[in-house]
Amino acid sequence: MGLIRDTDVAEIRARLEGMVNPVKLVHFTQELNLEYGRETRQLLEELAQLSDKVSLETYNFLLDKEKVAEYAVDKVPATAIRNGKDFGIRFFGLPAGYEFSTLLDAILAVSKGDSGLQPETREKLTQLTRPLHLEVFVTPT
Amino acid sequence: MRLAYQFSLESDLIRADGIEATEFPDLAGRHRVYAVPKTVINEASYIEGSMPEEFFLDEILKAATPAQEEPT
Repeated sequence: MGLIRDTDVAEIRARLEGMVNPVKLVHFTQELNLEYGRETRQLLEELAQLSDKVSLETYNFLLDKEKVAEYAVDKVPATAIRNGKDFGIRFFGLPAGYEFSTLLDAILAVSKGDSGLQPETREKLTQLTRPLHLEVFVTPT
Repeated sequence: MRLAYQFSLESDLIRADGIEATEFPDLAGRHRVYAVPKTVINEASYIEGSMPEEFFLDEILKAATPAQEEPT
């Protein structure tokens, strides 16, 4: 049985039609001792099937150490959302409910390569001189 | 989370992690996440709740700027 409901498939397809460039979901997981590992992977696999422009790469958190280091992933399940470039966008856990919608928005934004932020915000962000790590805690609703 | 992702997309210096709090209870506990969304900046400062873009930006820039002496 699919995790994405049949009734939602058409709407998701329609939203993903707004994509411009291909987006790659780089997923890290492990087979054992991961409560929602299997569901998360399945959800991403189903999502990737809904658009030609979405692809999925899956790595083993314990074995693929080079990729784990490249994406600076310290816990799983983890998913990076990128196009030709890795912007530093990650989701840790199962993106369910409202977070699934946020994931779709992230895919669209990355695909367009446009943050959609106000011009003043963009201007001020150019003044950053040090790396910033934002960790946003959410719960499924 | 959406805003953090937008910021990350805009700036090469910003990394944005969305974290499902119930799946990572130890990390959520360490950062005293009792309500969501809660944003942790460089593991040091916090933003509670959602806020408009300009306020979120201010909070982030404040956290990114080394503490300065208050003029007296």
